[in-house]
Amino acid sequence: VNTTALPAEVSVATTATLKTPQEIHRTGHRSAWQRYHLGQILSYAMLIIFAAIYLYPFLVALSGSFKTDADATANPLQLIPRDWSFAAYTRLFSDVPLPLWAMNSIIVTLVVTVCRVFFDSLAAYALSRLNFRGRAVIFSSLIAVMAVPNVVLLIPRFLVLKQFGMYDTYLGMIVPLIIDAGGIFIMKQFFESIPVSVEEAARIDGAGIFRTFWTIVLPMARPALVTLFILSFQGSWNEFGHFIVSTQSPGFRTLTTGIASLFSGQLGSGNQFPLKLAAAILMTIPVAVIFFIFQRKIMNTTSGGEKG
Amino acid sequence: MFTPPGAARRGGTGPHRGNGIRSGEGRYGWLFTAPAIIIIGLFLVLPIFLALWVSVSDWSGLGSPVNSQVGFVGAKNYQSVLTDGGLAEQTFGTSIRNNLWFVVFVVPLQTALALFLAVQVNRRLLRGRGFFRTAFYFPSVTSAVAITGIFLFLFASSGAVNQIIAALGGTGPTWFADSRGVFHIVAGWFGVDNNPRALSGTALLELSWWDWLSGPSVAMCVIIILVVFTTSGTFMLLFLAALQNIGAEIEEAALVDGAGPFRTFFGVTLPMLRPTLFTVLTLGLIGTWQIFDQIYILGGGKPANTTLTPAFLAYQTSFKNLNWGDGAAISFILFAIIVVLTVLQRIILRDRGNKERLDKPMARLLRNENIRSNGGAL
Repeated sequence: VNTTALPAEVSVATTATLKTPQEIHRTGHRSAWQRYHLGQILSYAMLIIFAAIYLYPFLVALSGSFKTDADATANPLQLIPRDWSFAAYTRLFSDVPLPLWAMNSIIVTLVVTVCRVFFDSLAAYALSRLNFRGRAVIFSSLIAVMAVPNVVLLIPRFLVLKQFGMYDTYLGMIVPLIIDAGGIFIMKQFFESIPVSVEEAARIDGAGIFRTFWTIVLPMARPALVTLFILSFQGSWNEFGHFIVSTQSPGFRTLTTGIASLFSGQLGSGNQFPLKLAAAILMTIPVAVIFFIFQRKIMNTTSGGEKG
Repeated sequence: MFTPPGAARRGGTGPHRGNGIRSGEGRYGWLFTAPAIIIIGLFLVLPIFLALWVSVSDWSGLGSPVNSQVGFVGAKNYQSVLTDGGLAEQTFGTSIRNNLWFVVFVVPLQTALALFLAVQVNRRLLRGRGFFRTAFYFPSVTSAVAITGIFLFLFASSGAVNQIIAALGGTGPTWFADSRGVFHIVAGWFGVDNNPRALSGTALLELSWWDWLSGPSVAMCVIIILVVFTTSGTFMLLFLAALQNIGAEIEEAALVDGAGPFRTFFGVTLPMLRPTLFTVLTLGLIGTWQIFDQIYILGGGKPANTTLTPAFLAYQTSFKNLNWGDGAAISFILFAIIVVLTVLQRIILRDRGNKERLDKPMARLLRNENIRSNGGAL
């Protein structure tokens, strides 16, 4: 596949700089034009095949969720259900405490996202703009802390939550997640890229430090705030490991831990694929919505986009 | 306009006292960073020290790990996992074996695929560029739980994948129940079966050479495909950003100068991508040792412990077998592995003379924070 693609790449690049394909065609370089054409078709075909491979699992899951158990098991590949069944979705709301899981996910995600965006930017502002003793030490400790992988923290966090009596509470699920060293880093990078003069003017006019931060700096930092919002939302909505070690009661299950329990077969007999697929689809909708709203921003890969 | 530097320090007495605009910054600096310091201190630094203590203690899980009943046992927990020759060591060895093969397959595959996709969607004259980028990136934003659920369906014994294999005239395996290592299967085709004498000696961590050389099990292959599927999009974006920074001009110049397409790619484009390539490889190396969510959902190491990883083993040892000391010890060994790999990568990076500022790879890393939260599958 690779070898067929590259010639197309080349002819596209060459023709683009030298002459447009039409010009080549007109001046009679027939072979170059044909080669260009063939290469184009081949590379599009290949891209379409890849896109199909990447999207097919989601399409199959979506259609599978509208099938009957027997149909989903027998005809997993068929994209149009033989007879449409909404039983999986109905059952998610009757046999499975999905509304409770969704509620928990929403509570945790909202609180974590709002707190994270606020406290991360607050700390980042101090680290990038305010002169105080210990600033350098705090910043380098943050960098060191970022290197600790989340998986390594599972047992340690459980120990501490237990010690503080926060195990199996909303507090224990939320509080450890509301600061993210990575988010502080993103915001700090951004604050350093905006000119300091506006803030100084505000300060000279008598605005306090917090007011300057809240009314002048934060509105200017919107692009970075949006980045942080997307990352925090997606991160806490998809969080799994931390909830596994910070809770045990079914009442605190979120969509991730609840649906994971469905998948590992805690729901009785049969493979019940439509039900599982419907659950997977439903839990994907919020992040998909966020993704499509901010798609342009997420996919903006120019170097400026790195700062947010 | 500015007060002398000392004023900032004295400014702690209140914003109205100093007349410079830098007054009060000391107090506000600490006030603004306090929430971050407290939470990171209580839920990140303190936990690490508490777990370090547990890893050298005989805490049974009852009561607090810091009471007078709990004794110090030195390196005993580490020894039981690393050198005692018992079941704990063998299980740990198996988890390391599994994860090594996982790394060996996932890192090159995800890197190559991400680079390939990035080059493809970077073409200026491509129609539907946005569509293709979205299609390749979308799996990266969905949760590991949802994707794993979908893969359970796709790779079921009569599932979509096996139906495609059947349509092509083959017979698919029972993916999730097949514990045979893929290299063992291949060896079987050449008549080399179960544990040949030359390889039956114990090599390391209570596993024989034959066991170490098994390759990933068929079940692990599904997880490899799953992870490559979800991470390639993220890394594609990293490569895409780098390609756009390079711009098309240099490649075009090389082509005009008569370099062939392969030579242009391998001789011009790829060397310029080297910093990004190193970033992607580092992130891959670190992330592949953190896989947890997928293992948990697929049954915690089934079949026959061939999908067990150290990250999951640490959890299982502590939370299921209630052997907290061993579990904490495994966590720290895993941490050490990741740190060593990162440092090694740094050294190699420095040797190659890529003087990238710390900020840049870091910013990239953060942009892709989601991979870390995505079950550590990255």
